[in-house]
Amino acid sequence: MATLIVNQPPVGGFSFDHCKRNAYLLGEANKVGSSLPTARKTGTTICGIVFKDGVILGADTRATEGMVVADKNCSKIHHISPNIYCCGAGTAADTEMTTQIISSNLELHALSTGRVPRVATANRMLKQMLFRYQGHIGAALVLGGVDCNGPHLYSIYPHGSTDKLPYVTMGSGSLAAMAVFEDRYKPDMEEEDAKRLVRDAIAAGIFNDLGSGSNIDLCVITKGNLDYIRPHEEANKKGVRTGDYKYKRGTTGVLSKVVTPLNLEVVEESVLTMDTS
Amino acid sequence: MQAETGPEWLSEEVKTGTTIIAIEFKGGVVLGSDSRVSAGESVVNRVMNKLSPLHDKIYCALSGSAADAQTIAEMVNYQLDVHSIEIDKDPKVCSAATLVRNISYKYKEELSAHLIVAGWDRRDGGQVFATLNGLLTRQPFAVGGSGSSYVYGFVDAEYRKDMTKEECQQFVVNTLALAMNRDGSSGGVAYIVSIDEHGAEEKVVLGNDLPTFFDQ
Repeated sequence: MATLIVNQPPVGGFSFDHCKRNAYLLGEANKVGSSLPTARKTGTTICGIVFKDGVILGADTRATEGMVVADKNCSKIHHISPNIYCCGAGTAADTEMTTQIISSNLELHALSTGRVPRVATANRMLKQMLFRYQGHIGAALVLGGVDCNGPHLYSIYPHGSTDKLPYVTMGSGSLAAMAVFEDRYKPDMEEEDAKRLVRDAIAAGIFNDLGSGSNIDLCVITKGNLDYIRPHEEANKKGVRTGDYKYKRGTTGVLSKVVTPLNLEVVEESVLTMDTS
Repeated sequence: MQAETGPEWLSEEVKTGTTIIAIEFKGGVVLGSDSRVSAGESVVNRVMNKLSPLHDKIYCALSGSAADAQTIAEMVNYQLDVHSIEIDKDPKVCSAATLVRNISYKYKEELSAHLIVAGWDRRDGGQVFATLNGLLTRQPFAVGGSGSSYVYGFVDAEYRKDMTKEECQQFVVNTLALAMNRDGSSGGVAYIVSIDEHGAEEKVVLGNDLPTFFDQ
């Protein structure tokens, strides 16, 4: 006798299978006074845009360690050369070390050629290094800068592929930021409009993605000028407490005071030296 | 409890699920590709030009893993530059295809990319070479990528020998439009490159200019 087992291939989109069960469990949990655990994510929102005179890079400032925010105000826009900066998403250590290595190599290269380094050179160096490690270095980068050929913007993925585009987003909040870009990007924008657009894109990532948060950092690179604005906007300020649970001294009146000394004698004394080697 | 590292598409490799095609006509070749690059279920680049120049009159079409394909194309570009300086002439399409094939075969286990090499040289005119998995074969036309499965029937039925350049371009655009309509991993715009003895001519056909077929 054969049974018909229909193998359903996994379908995309939302799955509402567990909604009824979750609602029942929530009711049961509330009955005993506890609540269900909430969703946790890690991530970042970084983006870049090419405008009339140069490029603007933007990033949020939250660094997470598992489910805890490790750093509320970390800097994700790294210096590669005076005219080239790079935002990093993914493993923080990987992005930090990768950008430092390439920054150092690029400075030596620039001294050797005697010219201002080009963004395409930094891109090649980064992609060749990431490809060599076959994706084990978890660094997703947005590289932007202005050189003798004009403004350039690249997105670099952990496996070593790159895309040269007028606007890019990366990180867990990239879809939220890309939605803002796709709606409002125009070629050859003015600096103030472009700064507002990048700010809005990062804000979209901060407020709609659990893994991004805190403040918005901006970096504006034009020919011969660099503006590293940190923070551009403190999107999440710590609130001010409106009340206080501490009572002032003297609130409670003292009626009488009795002092009783305790007679203690030393029974045993042992000394453990600390290993400070 | 396993550590959650965010949505899978963040750490998924970037692939060019794709449709690429190259056709030989009298006096040259026409290459075509779509423009979609995906990482898991997310499109990371909707305007990528997958037709990469290896030399003035030799192009290759990329498919498979984006990193692997880009790296192979850049390495062969460099090797061809050196080779053409050494022989003091324009390189043959067969040489370019052999260089691509050598890399694909040697690192067959580690790489997952398929490149179609096509171009024009003075000796043999227009040629199309397929280099899948390390083989090297010259064909009158070649299709590749995830979208190619949907259009094998169309190209087999519609291909004729000795078409003119314009007929070839129209054939390539039609094939790409059909594949992009049916394959989820192909889409965006269509890039066309026509190579003949005068040089390479690049063209973009935007989404709404693509030919439409029967669509309920």
